[in-house]
Amino acid sequence: METVSKNTLRHSVVFLSLLLLFGAAVVWNINTGSVAISVREILTLLFRKKEIESGALAADLPAFNIIWKIRLPRLLLAAVLGGALSLSGFLLQTFFRNPIAGPFVLGISSGSKMFLAVVTIALSASLPSVPVSVTVAAAFLGSMASMLFVLAFTGKIRDMSMLLVVGIMISYICSAVTDFLINFAKESEIVNLTHWSLGSFSAASWQDVRISALIVLPAFLCTFFLSKPISAYALGEGYAQSLGVNIRLFRVLLILFSSVLSACVTAFAGPISFVGIAVPHICRVWLKTAKPVLMIPACFFCGAVFCMICDLIARTVFSPTELSVGTVTSAIGAPIVIWLMAARGAKRNE
Amino acid sequence: MNDSFFSTDRLTVGYNGRPLVRDISFSLKKGEILTLIGPNGSGKSTILKSITRHLPTLSGSVWLDGKNVRRMGSRDLASRLAVVLTDRIRPELMTCRELVSAGRYPYTGSFGVLTDHDREVVAASLARVRASDIADRDFSAISDGQRQRVLLARAIAQEPELIVLDEPTSFLDIRHKIELLEILGSMAREQGITVILSLHEIDLAYKIADKIACVKDGRIRAYGTPEEIFTGGLIDELYDIDRGSFHPLLGTVELSRPEGKPRVFVVGGGGYGIPFYHALQKRKIPFSAGILFDNDLEYAVAAALAQDPVCAHAFSPIEEAQIARARAAIDQAQAVIDSGCPIRQYNRANGDLLTYAKKQGKPIFPKPEPKKEETP
Repeated sequence: METVSKNTLRHSVVFLSLLLLFGAAVVWNINTGSVAISVREILTLLFRKKEIESGALAADLPAFNIIWKIRLPRLLLAAVLGGALSLSGFLLQTFFRNPIAGPFVLGISSGSKMFLAVVTIALSASLPSVPVSVTVAAAFLGSMASMLFVLAFTGKIRDMSMLLVVGIMISYICSAVTDFLINFAKESEIVNLTHWSLGSFSAASWQDVRISALIVLPAFLCTFFLSKPISAYALGEGYAQSLGVNIRLFRVLLILFSSVLSACVTAFAGPISFVGIAVPHICRVWLKTAKPVLMIPACFFCGAVFCMICDLIARTVFSPTELSVGTVTSAIGAPIVIWLMAARGAKRNE
Repeated sequence: MNDSFFSTDRLTVGYNGRPLVRDISFSLKKGEILTLIGPNGSGKSTILKSITRHLPTLSGSVWLDGKNVRRMGSRDLASRLAVVLTDRIRPELMTCRELVSAGRYPYTGSFGVLTDHDREVVAASLARVRASDIADRDFSAISDGQRQRVLLARAIAQEPELIVLDEPTSFLDIRHKIELLEILGSMAREQGITVILSLHEIDLAYKIADKIACVKDGRIRAYGTPEEIFTGGLIDELYDIDRGSFHPLLGTVELSRPEGKPRVFVVGGGGYGIPFYHALQKRKIPFSAGILFDNDLEYAVAAALAQDPVCAHAFSPIEEAQIARARAAIDQAQAVIDSGCPIRQYNRANGDLLTYAKKQGKPIFPKPEPKKEETP
């Protein structure tokens, strides 16, 4: 029984530190940038918005605009999409029973990119610029399409790790098609695509935040309600079924939510690698358990914090040059994954 | 049929609509143990998976406590039927206690939060399989024997009325096999849990089961009590044993008999000859043996390994004709083995055989050495 309370303490500490980190990341993100704004000023600008807008309170208007029009939507988008990415990674890892499964690995991102390339090139002939809504829709459809393609093989291939290989192959096929199209595209079209394909939270609008939150938050809640069957699924399909889990329905839901989550991310921010693999790993090691009822919220918040910090690094380290957030997540995420794998291997060999 | 708790009615099972085993009709009372035996690939697992609804049945029905299993709600079924599968599972970062807690799934609420009662059941299940000491260790860090016990504890925590186990003793050493079967046996007796399992160890099947079903060639070759099954050559036939043999009552396996003209005659009795039989079998030296009483444990081994062993009726004196046969066998042999069986009133004839062999100039092994008189 002593271990039980020790575990509870550990879990509380983890969630508390996640909360603190979240708060710190928000403040840090807001006050760092080419225009420095003090914490006190930020608080005034944040919590007395109405008074400033009505002119009742005198304030630094440029700073007000920077916070409300640029930094705040951007950091919120990073938080929402970061949470979605790592949650999607967690679900895919559960589904494929493989620690390296993730939206990036499985060709979901490449599918989006391919669709986006097709749409951009097709539309640029008739339209001066491709509207955002079309970009988002194309990316969304692309990721769903490649996920469905992977799923089409689930009936034929029982071995989950082979299915993972299918996903990786699909990712290569999509990349090949995209490269082929780019060869025949005009330069102006490529710029847009290349920028997108590196992944970025820049130019986030409140509308982006609203739409992605509307997709991500309900999906997050739904997956949280799936945590009981997910825990049974950890014992394998045979046991899960004998415990009363409707395996067919459960698998459909699992893949649906993970696809929707990652599709949403790719649509709004482009492909962002390693968050989906690294964050669930960090959470597992931190919590020292894989219980979904703890892992799901932990992954979501940890992913949010991770992406906010990565975005902060992306836009400040080489300022005024901005890195793509995908570069930062890979640079940080990949070593973390290697380190965690090695640590786990060492523990297993003990 | 009326007092049966679990039954299958002309069940046909198979994969992808292709029947593998047809016409399966079992009937078990509460607390009975049914063991499926049969060669690899005969369809034991398929039958078990069809009973547990992991596979669709092709025709016929499965009944549990008067209800058709196909039509039961999944939660209802989960609270009555638990399984131990052959799937090698590797859950991540899961302690044995957490794994056993998964057995409470049908009883917990939407988030699977355990109540105090659930915790008690989990602890009791762990204690039942004597795994309380490893409860908080990681499931992936324990031995195969412990793992199998923990998986059984998980099934027990489900508080089922029927437990189905697919080859639960594979990968276990003999001590753990016995332990596991003992637990199953006492669960059936004391808690009235009905148990269906498949086993490769036919000798253990005999000892644990109330009913045995032999699965072979797409049907139930035989179904009945162990006493009914373990007669004659049914087991040899079931497993197509044409080299070597299985002794149904002793549950022992003998390898193939060395064929050819007997080169050695073993004067045995009382179990003293058995090590010599095995030594000769290993070297593939054909041999004969005698004179053995037919109630002697040793006779079962000699019958499996020796050429024409000379046998006498138990509880009666050795007859002249048997002595004559033994002498003839010694004449044919190149050497004689004295197993060291003490010569007493009723086996005096064996002492005479040794004297006869010496007189015939046959080498006698091993060189006589005073043996302590004790019964094996």
